[in-house]
Amino acid sequence: MTKAILSGNEAIARGFLEAGGKVAAAYPGTPSTEVLEVLSQAKGIHAEWSTNEKVALEVAIGGSLSGVRSMACMKHVGVNVAADPLMTVAYTGVNAGLVLMVADDPGMFSSQNEQDTRHYARMAKVPCLEPVDSDEARSYVRAAFELSEAFDTPVILRTTTRISHCKSVVETAEPAAVKDKDLANDVPKYVMLPANAKKRHLVVEERLAKLRDHAETAAFNEIRPGKGDIGFIANGIAYQYVREAFPDAPVLKLGMTYPLPEKKLRAFAASVAKLAVVEELDGFVEEQLKALGLTVHFGKAAFPPCGELTARTIREGVGGTAVVCKLPVGGLIVRPPTFCPGCSHRGLYTIIAKLKLYVSGDIGCYTLGALPPFSSMHTCICMGASISGAHGMSRGLALKGVKQKPVAVIGDSTFLHSGITGLIDMVYNGGDALVVIMNNDTTGMTGGQEHAGTGRSASGAAAPKLDIGKLCQAIGAQRVREIDAYNLKELEQIMKEELAAPGTAVLISNQPCVLRYKVSKKPYHVDTTTCTGCKMCLKSGCIALSFVPGGKKGHVEVDALLCNGCSVCSQLCATKSMINT
Amino acid sequence: MKVFNILIAGVGGQGVLLTSKIIAEAALLQGLDVKQSEVHGMAQRGGSVLSQVRFGDKVFSPIVAEGEADLLIGFEPLETARYLHFLREDGTVIYNTRSIGTIGVSIGKETYPQDIHETIQKNAYAVHPFDATHVAVEVGEKRAVNLVLLGAAIRFLPLDPSVVDNAITNSVPKKLLELNRKAFQAGVGQASIR
Repeated sequence: MTKAILSGNEAIARGFLEAGGKVAAAYPGTPSTEVLEVLSQAKGIHAEWSTNEKVALEVAIGGSLSGVRSMACMKHVGVNVAADPLMTVAYTGVNAGLVLMVADDPGMFSSQNEQDTRHYARMAKVPCLEPVDSDEARSYVRAAFELSEAFDTPVILRTTTRISHCKSVVETAEPAAVKDKDLANDVPKYVMLPANAKKRHLVVEERLAKLRDHAETAAFNEIRPGKGDIGFIANGIAYQYVREAFPDAPVLKLGMTYPLPEKKLRAFAASVAKLAVVEELDGFVEEQLKALGLTVHFGKAAFPPCGELTARTIREGVGGTAVVCKLPVGGLIVRPPTFCPGCSHRGLYTIIAKLKLYVSGDIGCYTLGALPPFSSMHTCICMGASISGAHGMSRGLALKGVKQKPVAVIGDSTFLHSGITGLIDMVYNGGDALVVIMNNDTTGMTGGQEHAGTGRSASGAAAPKLDIGKLCQAIGAQRVREIDAYNLKELEQIMKEELAAPGTAVLISNQPCVLRYKVSKKPYHVDTTTCTGCKMCLKSGCIALSFVPGGKKGHVEVDALLCNGCSVCSQLCATKSMINT
Repeated sequence: MKVFNILIAGVGGQGVLLTSKIIAEAALLQGLDVKQSEVHGMAQRGGSVLSQVRFGDKVFSPIVAEGEADLLIGFEPLETARYLHFLREDGTVIYNTRSIGTIGVSIGKETYPQDIHETIQKNAYAVHPFDATHVAVEVGEKRAVNLVLLGAAIRFLPLDPSVVDNAITNSVPKKLLELNRKAFQAGVGQASIR
């Protein structure tokens, strides 16, 4: 046994190996990504970046049916994509253990919503486990596989950003010797024709009743006696905040938040004067306590459903006094995320903003095109929605008699994830939109993961490389052209041509992510004798540039430590004052 | 040992996470309980980055609360000012005086606060500014500013310098070890009280 400091995600990967897991599949998504990144480098298992979360869960289901412990990993919104197999694998049950690891993002550090995955556990009627730190994250993986096999059910292992990305001390264990099972061969159990599914639904309800009984005695749910009037029920990171705020208070730690242990909850509630239920996001446990007829003195009214909780909000929520602190320094300018210096998205958005195009956006680094100075994204819903959304817009606009061609902007990984189906739909149903696929050869926003178009597998080994241009042609798109997002003049010309042409047009930029592939060219500097201070270059929205007032109209400076030499700003300069020779 | 709370603030890409990783690793090597928190994903694209390290006999929350930080290590003045209210009444701040503009500054819509150093002085008990970027460039690697700042902060950390050195060894790639050590040493003793 050795001690290490690991993030929750690293610990889950470690736990998977300790539990004898064999097949792991994931689609990258903050804050879940690192689990598969770690597993991709492990020997003797199959770990893959799947095309999307639905595929990842289906791969893991297949692994389970083959007879080896299997896990799919994703962020909360990924479960929406994977919900279809989830709801029915809940009926079939498993062969070898099956775990669905999901990372929620309270506070939306890198997400488009704050949905609470526990509702999926209830909807699918499968258990949900929630570790409180990295060491539990590690040990709960094995526990989840054991639970999965004991009750013949998929198990959701839910984390949040603070569990997945916080590091804490882990005591590692030796990998378990797990005996693989035979390939599943039981037609009534695994083929969900209505006649079979009707029988399986009965099994699901019986299983849930057994799981409720198990929850009463399972080690996941632990009462920690203490002093004081208020007894706390808490799960996940909220448990740590409760201990921080009230180290001596009685606490019922819920390591299994679905199904809940009714008797244990009643007994705990009866043992304290006042009950506080501390959970991030929705009042999932609170609602069920109220349904049991228990009084919750401090619930969602005290601990808000939006954003993260902290030890401070918990102290204040129960009417305690918080630590005295100063107010934040007022009036500070904000520092939003932005395109990296040298990013190919900058050239594209410089032209889109210039042409004042209406953009149906998607999920990735290029979503930042919605921010100033471009302000050139008008909708962004979910993975893949850019193309199908643009198609719907084009039909609606046509019916209104408006001549305007919407533009869909999507990245390579997102296109493969779920943009393809939208493009098929657009081409098939007579769409009239411009689709720009920004292929930078990686899944960028999540830190640079491989996908079917990069030519490498998750481990970095050579893999077949999907050709996005040929795929678009095979779908039936008549106009497919390659663009150079660093050549503004040509880019503008091509976009104008394609916007004028009727029907679906696809433009593909094939320039690598400068961060992932460490692309760096010679930095520019400004000839201050010719710079007129016109600020045209600033339209490129690059943090390497800054305007220096003074003199007649001031001038622009380039920070050589930040400049990547991409030349976009120099192409905007009318006086040729950007020099890199 | 009572829990010691550190905040490390900077701009995405400055190496904030490596500095917090080394401190956390050192605390572990010293036999302490430790938790470290950081944010990945969208926040890393040139945005404001905050990492937190807490160590002591027993640590519950991985998050440093407002008014509880013992030490704030700032990689950039504006990002330092943003988190001053997390400091204890008698907390210490050590920060890099080299500013990095925001996108609002770059596009000419906002101006970088000219009085940022005065603001920091006014809002903290013990303030230690120095040009860590200059020190890193002198060492020969502009990106080593994170190790320079760690070296400068070492005298405020209740950690044994030898375990910090071991933590550096465990945390950086072998071929960059000497450079990182050099940057760390160049930071030691920087920023005396003005």
